[in-house]
Amino acid sequence: MTAAVFFGCAFIAFGPALALYIFTIATEPLRVIFLIIGKASEGLKTINPDETAPSMRLLAYVSGLGFGIMSGVFAFVNTLSDSLGPGTVGIHGDSPQFFLNSAFMTLVIILLHVFWGIIFFDGCEKKKWSALLVVLLTHLLVSALTFISPHYGINLVSTYLIMVLMGIWAFFVAGGSCRSLKLCLLCQDKDFLLFNQRSR
Amino acid sequence: MENLRGSPPEQLQSHPNGASRGRAMLTFMASDSEEEVCDERTSLMSAESPPPRCCEEARQGLEDRESAAQWFQNTCARHRRAHHGGVPWPSPSGFPQRSQDSEEDLDEDADRYMCSGVPGQPSGLEEELTLKYGAKHVIMLFVPVTLCMVVVVATIKSVRFYTEKNGQLIYTPFTEDTPSVGQRLLNSVLNTLIMISVIVAMTIFLVVLYKYRCYKFIHGWLIMSSLMLLFLFTYIYLGEVLKTYNVAMDYPTLFLTVWNFGAVGMVCIHWKGPLVLQQAYLIMISALMALVFIKYLPEWSAWVILGAISVYDLVAVLCPKGPLRMLVETAQERNEPIFPALIYSSAMVWTVGMAKLDPSSQGALQLPYDPEMEEDSYDSFGEPSYPEVFEPPLPGYPGDELEEEEERGVKLGLGDFIFYSVLVGKAAATGSGDWNTTLACFVAILIGLCLTLLLLAVFKKALPALPISITFGLIFYFSTDNLVRPFMDTLASHQLYI
Repeated sequence: MTAAVFFGCAFIAFGPALALYIFTIATEPLRVIFLIIGKASEGLKTINPDETAPSMRLLAYVSGLGFGIMSGVFAFVNTLSDSLGPGTVGIHGDSPQFFLNSAFMTLVIILLHVFWGIIFFDGCEKKKWSALLVVLLTHLLVSALTFISPHYGINLVSTYLIMVLMGIWAFFVAGGSCRSLKLCLLCQDKDFLLFNQRSR
Repeated sequence: MENLRGSPPEQLQSHPNGASRGRAMLTFMASDSEEEVCDERTSLMSAESPPPRCCEEARQGLEDRESAAQWFQNTCARHRRAHHGGVPWPSPSGFPQRSQDSEEDLDEDADRYMCSGVPGQPSGLEEELTLKYGAKHVIMLFVPVTLCMVVVVATIKSVRFYTEKNGQLIYTPFTEDTPSVGQRLLNSVLNTLIMISVIVAMTIFLVVLYKYRCYKFIHGWLIMSSLMLLFLFTYIYLGEVLKTYNVAMDYPTLFLTVWNFGAVGMVCIHWKGPLVLQQAYLIMISALMALVFIKYLPEWSAWVILGAISVYDLVAVLCPKGPLRMLVETAQERNEPIFPALIYSSAMVWTVGMAKLDPSSQGALQLPYDPEMEEDSYDSFGEPSYPEVFEPPLPGYPGDELEEEEERGVKLGLGDFIFYSVLVGKAAATGSGDWNTTLACFVAILIGLCLTLLLLAVFKKALPALPISITFGLIFYFSTDNLVRPFMDTLASHQLYI
């Protein structure tokens, strides 16, 4: 299989996750490590209760991203490395879109993990057990949907639908609102990352 | 590192007793690198670089001097040195091979100690600073360790030469081509025993040499070792890479390339050079050494050796009569820096101090200018070739107009680089070419490194850097290779996602 397949599938699967990492975590590694260390060793004694909420959300996002990347990498990296070698896809009657499908599924799994992480942490914080249950059930649902694997259409479309729903839920859980979304899209939000970067 | 400029260090420095000056240093016990020429141990040194040759700042007052010295005395700064001589040994294939690099391994045990020992500081702030400096050091080490491992894994996966069985080192004489499993296990344990005893002997030899001040001998050995590594091993490596990619290169071009690479490497490592270049060379020679180990250590022996090295590291660093401990104590008594060769340093900046001070006042890591050791010892500290003003003068010290040198980096022994890379490279080389195993080992080592740094920050005394990482790496390797791999292979082939 060609290098184009390799690079294409690699970027489809890991591009957004990498972008998320580069733009949100790599620029502030200290903050992330410090946050995790602080949480782990309770060293941040000076943090007042008001500050726990944003930092917990950050932790939820980071851990969701971490779990998502791990899960995606472990699921897909061997397939990717096989795509560089010789072979014909689908020679035994399987779908010739094997790699593409795997790449898209990996992408959606990574994003889903991010959203699940945020919702789950928030559910634990606020003791909303229904949120935990929903996260668990949708995870099982998404995995079960992959059992119908040759029917990529149903599989992918429904999984992406679930991802969009989870994304919207996570957005509102993390404190977003329609107003803040509008400000962000119109680049008027001072807290938005890109805005800050541009103004630096 | 810029953000450290105006912040806690100043606060701590303005404290009258701020011997620590807000410099967070983590002490690490350098793990011994055994045969590896460059086995430097991890000495995560936070950055106390030795003062510039002619200047030392007169920043600290007398009490700082004493408290710094005292504090340093309490930390077990250990410099490990391991060196072994390399003798070319004809391999069965007829190609002269070195069983080990003759490069001397002088592990510099960078004493990184957390400077949280400043009395009078609120403990929360202190702890926070501790964590912050520790976190910074974690990041500074992740990049070079990752780079070294990436180079090794990339080479293993693409160049066939390093995965072919082509003889064994003289230090692992027992073969593993035995009919029974028990015999194979026995042979690998015997191989390990021989290897470890060689390492211990070499370390003790080094300590003896150091005790009797045979500096010239050590320097010469070190130079011979790096010569061999930079020229011979690079030549072999380049030859194999060219063969793999079927690129034709004529001998004059090859000679020119290898000559330039090696000569610049020698200059950068043993004398002066841009810091980034020195770091790159150290990473490259660690990778080369790790590749040699991966090629010439038989399968089971390699894993047992890795485990045994970690145990030895733990023992040697924490036991009162360990050779490394004695080495460090000797260096302490003489108030000298341990040979800084073969230590990866991410130290950044030097500032030029104003007044000269008694070097002993600077604390353990700032050792006095020693003409005898000038030519080699300071170079590996990663001095940039030019001093640079880094920090504004401290408010608490009138008369200090100039910045002091402030090393904000960490130092890591090359031996740890090498053994981390050996573990990851072996994971990549063996088995079914599985990437999950390789990645799992990589993550395990980084987690171990992180934890070690944290432990260092918490315990504030020298700790060995190899054991935790290697233990995690071994656990992850065996469990991933045997449990996770078949499972994930099936899942991926049926496109099932969990």
